[in-house]
Amino acid sequence: MRGPGFLEQLDEALPGAVVGRNLEAIDPWVEIAPERIADVCGWLNSRSPVRFDSLQCMTVVDWCEPDPKKAAKVSWQPHLELVYHLWSTASRVSLVLKAKVPRWKGDVPGQLPEVPSLCGVWRGADWHEREVYDLSGVWFTGHPNLRRILCPEDWEGYPLRKDYEQPLEYHGIRGR
Amino acid sequence: MAEFLINSVGFPEWLAWTVTAVVAAVLILNVIAGGALVFIWAERKIAARIQDRLGPTRTGGRFGWLQSLADGIKLIAKEDLMPEGADGMLFRLAPYVSFCASFCAFIALPFAFDFVGQRLNVGVFFVVAVLGLEVFGVILAGYASASKWSLFGAMREAAQVVSYEVPLGMCVVVPVMLAGSMDLVTIAEKQAGWVTNWYLFHDPFTFVIFWVYVTCAVASVNRAPFDLAEAESELVAGFHTEYSGLRWSYFFMAEYGSMFLVSALAAVLFMGGWNGPIPVARLVGLSEGTGDTANYFVRLLGMANLLGKATLGVLVMMWVRWTLPRLRIDQVMTTCLKYCTPIAAAMFAGAMLWQLMLPGGVAPGLSRPAGEIREGWLEGPGGRSAAARSSAVAGVLP
Amino acid sequence: MSHVADDPRIIEFDVRTDEMLVNMGPQHPSTHGVLRLVLRTDGEVVSEVEPHIGYLHRCAEKIGENLTARQWIPYTDRMDYLAAMNMNLGWALAVEKLMKYQVSEKARHLRVLIAELGRIASHLVGMGAYGLDLGTFSPFLYAFREREKILDLFEEACGARLTYSYITVGGLTADLPPGWLGRCEAFLDQFEPIIKEYHALLTTNAIFVKRTANIGVMSRDLAIEYGCSGPVLRGSGVDQDMRRDGEAIYTAMYDGYAFEVAVMKDGHYPRDHEYPPVPADAVLGDCWHRFFVRMLEVVQSMDLVRQSIDRYSACKGPLGEPLKLAEKIPAGDAYLETEAPKGQMGFYLVSDGSAIPWRVRARSSSFSNLAVAPELCRGCLIADVPAIVGSLDIVMGEIDR
Repeated sequence: MRGPGFLEQLDEALPGAVVGRNLEAIDPWVEIAPERIADVCGWLNSRSPVRFDSLQCMTVVDWCEPDPKKAAKVSWQPHLELVYHLWSTASRVSLVLKAKVPRWKGDVPGQLPEVPSLCGVWRGADWHEREVYDLSGVWFTGHPNLRRILCPEDWEGYPLRKDYEQPLEYHGIRGR
Repeated sequence: MAEFLINSVGFPEWLAWTVTAVVAAVLILNVIAGGALVFIWAERKIAARIQDRLGPTRTGGRFGWLQSLADGIKLIAKEDLMPEGADGMLFRLAPYVSFCASFCAFIALPFAFDFVGQRLNVGVFFVVAVLGLEVFGVILAGYASASKWSLFGAMREAAQVVSYEVPLGMCVVVPVMLAGSMDLVTIAEKQAGWVTNWYLFHDPFTFVIFWVYVTCAVASVNRAPFDLAEAESELVAGFHTEYSGLRWSYFFMAEYGSMFLVSALAAVLFMGGWNGPIPVARLVGLSEGTGDTANYFVRLLGMANLLGKATLGVLVMMWVRWTLPRLRIDQVMTTCLKYCTPIAAAMFAGAMLWQLMLPGGVAPGLSRPAGEIREGWLEGPGGRSAAARSSAVAGVLP
Repeated sequence: MSHVADDPRIIEFDVRTDEMLVNMGPQHPSTHGVLRLVLRTDGEVVSEVEPHIGYLHRCAEKIGENLTARQWIPYTDRMDYLAAMNMNLGWALAVEKLMKYQVSEKARHLRVLIAELGRIASHLVGMGAYGLDLGTFSPFLYAFREREKILDLFEEACGARLTYSYITVGGLTADLPPGWLGRCEAFLDQFEPIIKEYHALLTTNAIFVKRTANIGVMSRDLAIEYGCSGPVLRGSGVDQDMRRDGEAIYTAMYDGYAFEVAVMKDGHYPRDHEYPPVPADAVLGDCWHRFFVRMLEVVQSMDLVRQSIDRYSACKGPLGEPLKLAEKIPAGDAYLETEAPKGQMGFYLVSDGSAIPWRVRARSSSFSNLAVAPELCRGCLIADVPAIVGSLDIVMGEIDR
């Protein structure tokens, strides 16, 4: 949704939820505090003047540079960026939400960062969240059935993380 | 033939009867096996033509006419697999049960006047009852395979076949009632003469009930659109999911055997059996008193007639199969219980009333070809007894 | 003291039934590839369906992080392998959106031409395979006969029959060979009357209607909530087509083209051609409507192909060269959804300024469309499961990526 008026309404309804914005980008986006994402989506789905009734896509971008030489040059701190692409069927407009979470909860490797699940807002978020959990390692609190979806259930690691290393062996199958 | 062996060759009685039985059995077996080979090839060619393909073209030189044989050899050479959890004995037994039922029903089927394995005075009853036994093989196969898909297929088959026996039985009763006999030979004989003598055209009720019979027959032999027991898009392959090689081909042969049998039964019950639409033989004066060779020739002609009609029925089944989608199990049951059974019952009652109201069963204004008497033109006005007639033709066979 | 059930004199009269778990797939004839459905059945009635996916997962997104944008084009081919042209187009447009690149007018019309032919080819498989799911084999081969002719055309244009990599970032890999347009028009003229045959064999066939009408009814809200798209969404009566409602860079491609979105509005479908009437049993959102929308889109795509042939041949300029294989992409991110035959195919691309994207993401339509299957299959019969899943027209390559 383009236009600052809409964002002010969101700010008014849920103060403190919007923590950043970039309306000049190719796809203008709004940054949401990760713990408020379910509230914001609930508002967007049911109470906002433009009803965003469908979650089209959900992505996690891993901002992490495993190579220490290159890592010294980058401008950002390592983090995960959740990107939600919403769509309004009635108004035919899209909205991009972003949320930044740490790569590991409390910076303890292996502890997944937690984000509220959107299954209560759109039932279609179910599989998208499972895929994100499976490939990027984000734990969605409140998800009814958070299991791996594309990888086998006993797979280790989160393949779409930049520092992921393919296992050498899986049930006797050589990895590399 | 047994009498011939006893009287002329001098065989002891037990040997003569055994030899006769073996000869008949081998002949019928060949009808089924050879028929299956031809029909499988025909099905491939017909399916291919319907689907804008060529089908087999090379095996055997031209038209792929040896394709079925090549398939048979492949099936024999295949490894015979059995699932680990299967009930071994029943699993092995099932295909034979199915095949035997199909095979046994042929015993009472007349191919021409006294070209019949064993003439039974309850022929109709025997054929329908024995054909119904085929379902045992299927249920055994489904149960013994230790596969859920097989079990589903078997349960569907059981429900379907048992339900369709009801309207099928009612349809079969109508020709029995018209002929006044359950003997298939008698029923066919009564329809001799012109095409108007066929029970199909006897009255409007029999015409309708013929189509009910066709529906029920297709359903009871599990052909599309009623092929739920092996619905490949739902149940993988239904009851024969776990079968391979020769055992699987027994199911296949049983299926084609049953298809042929119900078509032949339709021909006997409704379409004059071995009597052609025009009584050619009689018109040229071949049927009576022209000698044994001529008589034998008439029989062969009759057999060709019956085989032709039965083959036509099988071809129609193939045509239907490659055209229509499959029904769902509840729709199949609805078709049977809500449509076929009441229609069959009403038509049965109608045909009965027609017989009562119109003696001779001829509607006013409809005249038959001159000189045609519905009953027993073979006997002629003199009215030779049935016993005399059968002894006369017994000499025809060597 | 003693419990009633312990009394040996009491015989249980009720037949006890147990629920049975049945695996449909991944090796099953009607699961369109390697989908595995776990059915919880009570007799013939299915109480729950749980799809298990991932058997065709080929790590396309991870691979995309190690290749340049143009190098990833062949991997998009392998997503919806039945409509690879449309996959190529989706990715090419997403990259062009981030680069703010505009292709030549001639390339634009050629892209429409190729994409709509791809849609026809995909819907033909969808239609034929649906017939197969319902137990009729012949329409499948009739559909493949015609699809084969489209593949012949594609082969002439780009040399491949399944994975084309023809539409690429910055244009197309080659111009059409001489005489191609004539052959394409000849195909359309020959194909048009055949659609009537399909309608006779399937759409209006009594058994087909019995099997599909009022089966797997998906309400408008359910379809939207699950993010369904394409014919599945339009079959539920939602008037949405990215070719008309999408982002500017995509709708600009169809600028000046006349087409009516195939959706039931005010109780009737577009009347631009002659279509068979909607059967009385059919309810909006059922399997029949999803199938019918696909059939309408075949006709609609034929119109679009005809229009694009005229426009393409009117363009005199050169087609233009595609971008270099290792063209640098400006930093930023872009998401674009295109209307692929199966639904809205979205590509998301994050770049850090180098030639190799930092992150690529493919949002596949079949993924969302399949997610709704458990809702539709609740309480149906076993035979309905292939009918419902088939009406969603899924391709596993796109779901598992």
